[in-house]
Amino acid sequence: MTDTIIGSAAKEIVIGFERPFVIIGERINPTGRKTLAAEMKEGDYSRVEADARAQIAAGAHALDVNAGIPLADEPRILAEVIQLVQSITDTPLCIDSSIVAALQAGLEVYQGKALVNSVTGEEEQLEQVMPLVKKHEAAVVAISNDETGISEDPDVRFEVAKRIVERAADFGIKACDVVVDPLVMPVGAVNSAGQQALKLIHRLRTELKVNTTCGASNISFGLPNRDGVNGAFLSMAIHSGMTSAIANPLHREVVNATLGADVLMGRDPDCARWIKRFREPPVTGEGAARGRRQSRRRRA
Amino acid sequence: MSNVEELQYEEELDLSTLTDDELVEQMFDDMYNGLHDELIEGTDILLERGWAADKVLNDVLVAGMAIVGADFRDGILFVPEVLSAANAMKGAMAVLRPLLAETGVESIGKIVIGTVKGDIHDIGKNLVSMMMEGAGFEVIDIGINNPVENYLEALEKHKPDILGMSALLTTTMPYMKVVIDTMKEKGIRDDYIVLVGGAPLNEEFGEAVGADGYCRDAAIAVDIAKSLVAERRGMAQAAFG
Repeated sequence: MTDTIIGSAAKEIVIGFERPFVIIGERINPTGRKTLAAEMKEGDYSRVEADARAQIAAGAHALDVNAGIPLADEPRILAEVIQLVQSITDTPLCIDSSIVAALQAGLEVYQGKALVNSVTGEEEQLEQVMPLVKKHEAAVVAISNDETGISEDPDVRFEVAKRIVERAADFGIKACDVVVDPLVMPVGAVNSAGQQALKLIHRLRTELKVNTTCGASNISFGLPNRDGVNGAFLSMAIHSGMTSAIANPLHREVVNATLGADVLMGRDPDCARWIKRFREPPVTGEGAARGRRQSRRRRA
Repeated sequence: MSNVEELQYEEELDLSTLTDDELVEQMFDDMYNGLHDELIEGTDILLERGWAADKVLNDVLVAGMAIVGADFRDGILFVPEVLSAANAMKGAMAVLRPLLAETGVESIGKIVIGTVKGDIHDIGKNLVSMMMEGAGFEVIDIGINNPVENYLEALEKHKPDILGMSALLTTTMPYMKVVIDTMKEKGIRDDYIVLVGGAPLNEEFGEAVGADGYCRDAAIAVDIAKSLVAERRGMAQAAFG
């Protein structure tokens, strides 16, 4: 049983083995979004605000915030975006950058316990990111690659993850505050990518006993009907032990697959969350009419 | 239809009974379907019939790959299918390459490609490599995490037309400028076409670091590479013909 707690000033959520699966909304990210990148660079965060609200409404439990725009002042923009998002919602955030100065700027303005995304097994990275994570008492996403690259062998990636967890301990960061990203590769380019990821997730869960997250939609890169593969992967990954994913909650298959998997894994008592989410609203006409008649009877 | 059914019910086609035109058409189909062995067999037959290696390359393999590339761009074919086609092309190229070298035929182009220092991501780069190879380019892949010295050494050694750099991180992509600036200092920048690509990049960034082109995806990388090499060789017309 491992629980990773992340939170804002007013709200905490838990990523954990026996907990409902956590969706970290991926939309606030300018990579591959030309308009958003241009707007963010100019200090126009209206789309960021809309993306935040829409993802929360769609069922995101946390939001990833990334400001990776080429030739822009990423630390400043990331800090501004975090402040903006925290001013409109108490949903916890995942501070996402490969630039240490940006992570630092983000952590300095963040209210609560953030999830830092990310650190790799590269020693230089560990030495820069881990003290920041410790200083701000945050949790951190650990990506299972190191200087030598991304191994196709899940057992090699397991060893990298294990070393990151050990190094985290050297900096005084508990294993429950390290969420490992097994690195999901496109199955269209590497045919064994699905099996590799599932095997690694299982080992991370049962042997290293850590929580896990991933960019789930990577799995379907280059394929038609990506939603189908994404949904299947999410369900299978949850069965293998994955406890969160950075994904798009506006995509129906993400919500269907994760809530459905929660039901099947026994993490949705009486299927209450599933029913609440998908109960058909009473239709106008017969159902609505019945409601009116009943209330009339009650009044009479 | 599953492979088993195909094996049972589809009549074996004897490529050697086809006329040249029929055979070329069949090879287009075989490449499109990623049939590695069949494409090599077709290549062997054309060579036996006296086709010059460069004619097989241009009229069959490159032309066939252009069909694959167009359908990939239009969303009809998908990554695994393109990789199979590129793999089939690679098999046929292995047959042709020694013959092309013998006759001193100029290849469509040569590219040295690698991921920049500090970055270990290579799936995108590998896709570009395979698509380039499929389009008839000679590709020298120098792998991941390349300091500027590696690029310079590879340029010196292989004398390519193109240098391709890839990065997946906002932290590593500025290194492209380091490489290009070093090439400028050494006075060799203009000896090469420099192409850059990777998820966090954009057009503006490509221009800012001084690259000749930003490649949004692997198919576009091939298109840009072809047209810039052709332009360089003073036959821009051929690229669009």
